[in-house]
Amino acid sequence: MDLLTVKNLTVTLATGRGDAAAVRDLSFTVGHGEFLGIAGESGSGKTMTALSLLGLLPHKGRATGSINFDGREILTSSKREYRDLRGKEIAMIFQDPMTSLHPMLTVEVQLTEHLRHHRKVSKDAARQSALELLSTVKIPDPEAALRAHPSQFSGGMRQRIAIAMALACEPKLLIADEPTTALDVTVQAGILKLLHQLRKERNLSVMVITHDLGVLSSLTDRIMIMYAGSEVETGLTSDLLQRPRHPYTKGLIAALPGHTNDAKSSQTKRLLSIEGMPPELGNFPSGCAFHTRCNYAIAACKSELPESIQISDSHRIFCPVDPFSAKASIEGAK
Amino acid sequence: MRTKPVSDEKSQRKRFLSGNGFVPFILRRLLTSVLLVFGVTFISFSITQLVPGDPVAANLGQSAYSDPKIVAAFKVQFGLDKPVPVQYVKYVSKLLHGDLGISLSSKRPVLDDLKEYFPATLEIALVAVFLALVVGLLLGIISAVTRDRLPDQIIRVFSLTGVSMPAFWTALTAFYLFFFVLGWAPGTGRLAPGADPPPTVTGLYTVDSLIAGDFSTFKQAVAYLLLPAIVLAIYAIGVLTRFTRASMLEILGNDYVRAARAKGLPEITVIRRHVLRPALLSIITVAGVAFSSLLAGSVLVENVFSWPGLGQYAYRAAVGLDLPGIMGVSMVVATVYITMNLIVDILYRVIDPQMRDAS
Amino acid sequence: MTMVTKKMKKSKNSNSIWRQPLAVVGIGIIVIWTLLAIFAPWIAPYNPNAQDAAKFLAPSAAHWMGTDELNRDILSRVIFGARISLPYSLLLVALSATLGSIVGAISGYAGGKIDSFLMRVTDVFFAFPGIVLAMAVAAALGPQIRNAVIAITIVAWPVYARLVRGLILNAKQNDYVTASSLLGSSSLRTLIVDLRPNLSGPVFVLAALEVGNALLLLSGLSFLGLGAQPPASEWGSMVSLGAENFDRWWVGLFPGLAILTAVLAFTFIGDALRDAMDPRTAKALRD
Ligand SMILES: Nc1ncnc2c1ncn2[C@@H]1O[C@H](COP(=O)(O)OP(=O)(O)OP(=O)(O)O)[C@@H](O)[C@H]1O
Ligand SMILES: [Mg+2]
Repeated sequence: MDLLTVKNLTVTLATGRGDAAAVRDLSFTVGHGEFLGIAGESGSGKTMTALSLLGLLPHKGRATGSINFDGREILTSSKREYRDLRGKEIAMIFQDPMTSLHPMLTVEVQLTEHLRHHRKVSKDAARQSALELLSTVKIPDPEAALRAHPSQFSGGMRQRIAIAMALACEPKLLIADEPTTALDVTVQAGILKLLHQLRKERNLSVMVITHDLGVLSSLTDRIMIMYAGSEVETGLTSDLLQRPRHPYTKGLIAALPGHTNDAKSSQTKRLLSIEGMPPELGNFPSGCAFHTRCNYAIAACKSELPESIQISDSHRIFCPVDPFSAKASIEGAK
Repeated sequence: MRTKPVSDEKSQRKRFLSGNGFVPFILRRLLTSVLLVFGVTFISFSITQLVPGDPVAANLGQSAYSDPKIVAAFKVQFGLDKPVPVQYVKYVSKLLHGDLGISLSSKRPVLDDLKEYFPATLEIALVAVFLALVVGLLLGIISAVTRDRLPDQIIRVFSLTGVSMPAFWTALTAFYLFFFVLGWAPGTGRLAPGADPPPTVTGLYTVDSLIAGDFSTFKQAVAYLLLPAIVLAIYAIGVLTRFTRASMLEILGNDYVRAARAKGLPEITVIRRHVLRPALLSIITVAGVAFSSLLAGSVLVENVFSWPGLGQYAYRAAVGLDLPGIMGVSMVVATVYITMNLIVDILYRVIDPQMRDAS
Repeated sequence: MTMVTKKMKKSKNSNSIWRQPLAVVGIGIIVIWTLLAIFAPWIAPYNPNAQDAAKFLAPSAAHWMGTDELNRDILSRVIFGARISLPYSLLLVALSATLGSIVGAISGYAGGKIDSFLMRVTDVFFAFPGIVLAMAVAAALGPQIRNAVIAITIVAWPVYARLVRGLILNAKQNDYVTASSLLGSSSLRTLIVDLRPNLSGPVFVLAALEVGNALLLLSGLSFLGLGAQPPASEWGSMVSLGAENFDRWWVGLFPGLAILTAVLAFTFIGDALRDAMDPRTAKALRD
């Protein structure tokens, strides 16, 4: 049994033009000790997926479907049950460490408040664990750091503190929502290294959200690609990055720095690149939402929701055309 | 860039004032505050001069006004015979010596008048602002926390009604109801007719009677004070409730609140520790401004309750085109407003350096 | 290539104000008052100035709101009062919005010394006890509703100046204005033409929010005897008749309710309009 099994998750948000589904019929799993990457352009619903696991959707947001965590259904949890889950069983790191730490509270308060609440430990014991956590995430001079306010740290240090906060109660699942996006490239590397280290040292399941596939390549076991709230492709990291099957995934990979030169001719380059902008919530195109930007779209893409096509045990796509299959390339060669 | 010689005293002063430290900040703010007060005198002076009213006619009786000698003497007495710029310069130079001139309507020094009337208004305004802070904060917090649910809807309608009620009518209706119908309120004025006010120390009857150890006068003063203060507070309650709700919602939308919730803290802790603190910071600002708007708003309320305060004085000064009186009142209220802003700014800087760094 | 690493601006489309119940109530009340004002002569049961009923009649079937000291029917006077309070408040807001917007536009456009001078002046007006100044001006000009409007305009414009200046400064950093000023075409006129769509929305919302305040100040001055003069059936001065005879509750109660409903309606509408604006502008309007 996987640690997390999400089935048919749909998240509806209130927008100016009425309710709209930001996440649509999403199903995925995260195994014990597994690292799952979720990638997609801005607005594809990655954050909303994460927040629905914690029951923290924005005002007037609703989630339906099923979320099974560690053997129990949690989507129908009461507020209390959710509170006992958050921080303790499922913890989350947010995108921007500049805004996700409270500016007016000391690091000590922020590192220990949930620990003391969930574990009912004494102030001193909590402080002791806070010090250990800070050294785990490699903050120099943990003693001084406890007394400081977040504003006294750089972005990278703040994200380390945020990670320490998330680890405080030893959660089973860690959600990292774009943990490196807001940081400088050099600082990013440090945070990724830290995540690698945690992966080795702790039996932690992690969901890493990003819109930079490069971040995921060495970190995750599997990757799920999202577009306009839906899954378009899921596979083992190596399969997906080396043999992507969905035109959207192909485009994302082509857009990675270093990949642009691989394109054999300017024609293939054009075919692989994704033109235009991702659709806005409430304006998702019918059928396969990607058809408006897809170079391989056929009539059916516009009218019918794509079914999942199982390519192997661990690899599936949602694309009726499947233009990069072996069969399709043979036909293309003719 | 060319650096200026350090010995240049002017540039040094300039640099000091534009520095980032705490002392230059305070000095800079003090300087602007003083300039603002002068701006207020200048503008009230100009505007009251530009309009065509004739203060002599307004303050002399019919027969006296028809006698050119009396008119001339009146003008000389109050300096109205001089050209307007001269009048202003004279006013300001006297002002620098703490002399606010002689009131045309009461024929007494304006400063003495203000000393007499200001404490009366201050007394109801202080009580009103206290009420408004307690009630407004509480309602605003409830409203934000129960966003879009029933309590929020009800509180929103209440606070919108609060800011839409004409104060003079609220005063009248409340007086009719609590004095005439229910008999709970004692009547108009600050004390029962014929009662002796306590010996003046602060001019606030409640405080002065306590100082004198006179509890029966204290009780009476409180009884007379309550209704006008509550009426005055209604508008401020509406303003503060709405503002508190808005600031709370703004803070609630912050990442760090989401992060606090993601830690599984009880909602009450999230609100108290993570939301209220930063929200209070911005609420302080309106509280200060609300207080000075209460002073101005008291004009209409005092009229109904025959409350012998600044509002009544301002009314008489305005109707009598009593320029020194009007300027005196404007200066008092403006000074309170400016001082409040100054205090708030300083508080802001003292309370929360982190907040500033973060934004 | 378009791997969009840059965050797309999340534009939350404006909430239609028709979806907000309070706004609908507000619009309903204003429509009713407008109709009453237009058709007052046909709707009002009596001539508002006719003194032919008895003095101080309590509300009854013949006089729903009773009669006042001068034997006049209060209901008819309240209905006719809409013909004074509503148009004058709107006029007042239009005047101060225009004045304030001009000052704000000059300030934001010119920048530098002119800007800081104008903003200091605005600061002074903010520090001013509005009603005291309005009282003084109204008294000096002579108690008339027209003069009360002028007096309040003089104290009410600074909010618009600040708003417009802020909006212009914001927009100045925007690409399209920079582009047109690079082309050398950025006169004040072009600036205003370019920016009008960006300015008119917030200014309109602020104006809607201010109508209520204007009505309160205007009726306040009339209450003090510094606005509309007898026998005009202005709501504020009608309340002052009630204050003179406070034991006859109906004399002051009904005209006051008229003020309250009208102000409340404008507040509802203004509030809903502000909520419907995008959050950043809404915040600028609140501060
Ligand atoms: N509070 C909210 N109310 C309504 N819609 C929202 C809200 N927050 C986000 N959205 C919308 O929901 C959609 C999905 O947002 P989400 O934050 O999940 O995207 P994302 O994939 O995490 O993108 P990003 O890379 O920008 O973080 C977006 O279109 C966004 O505009
Ligand atoms: Mg996101």
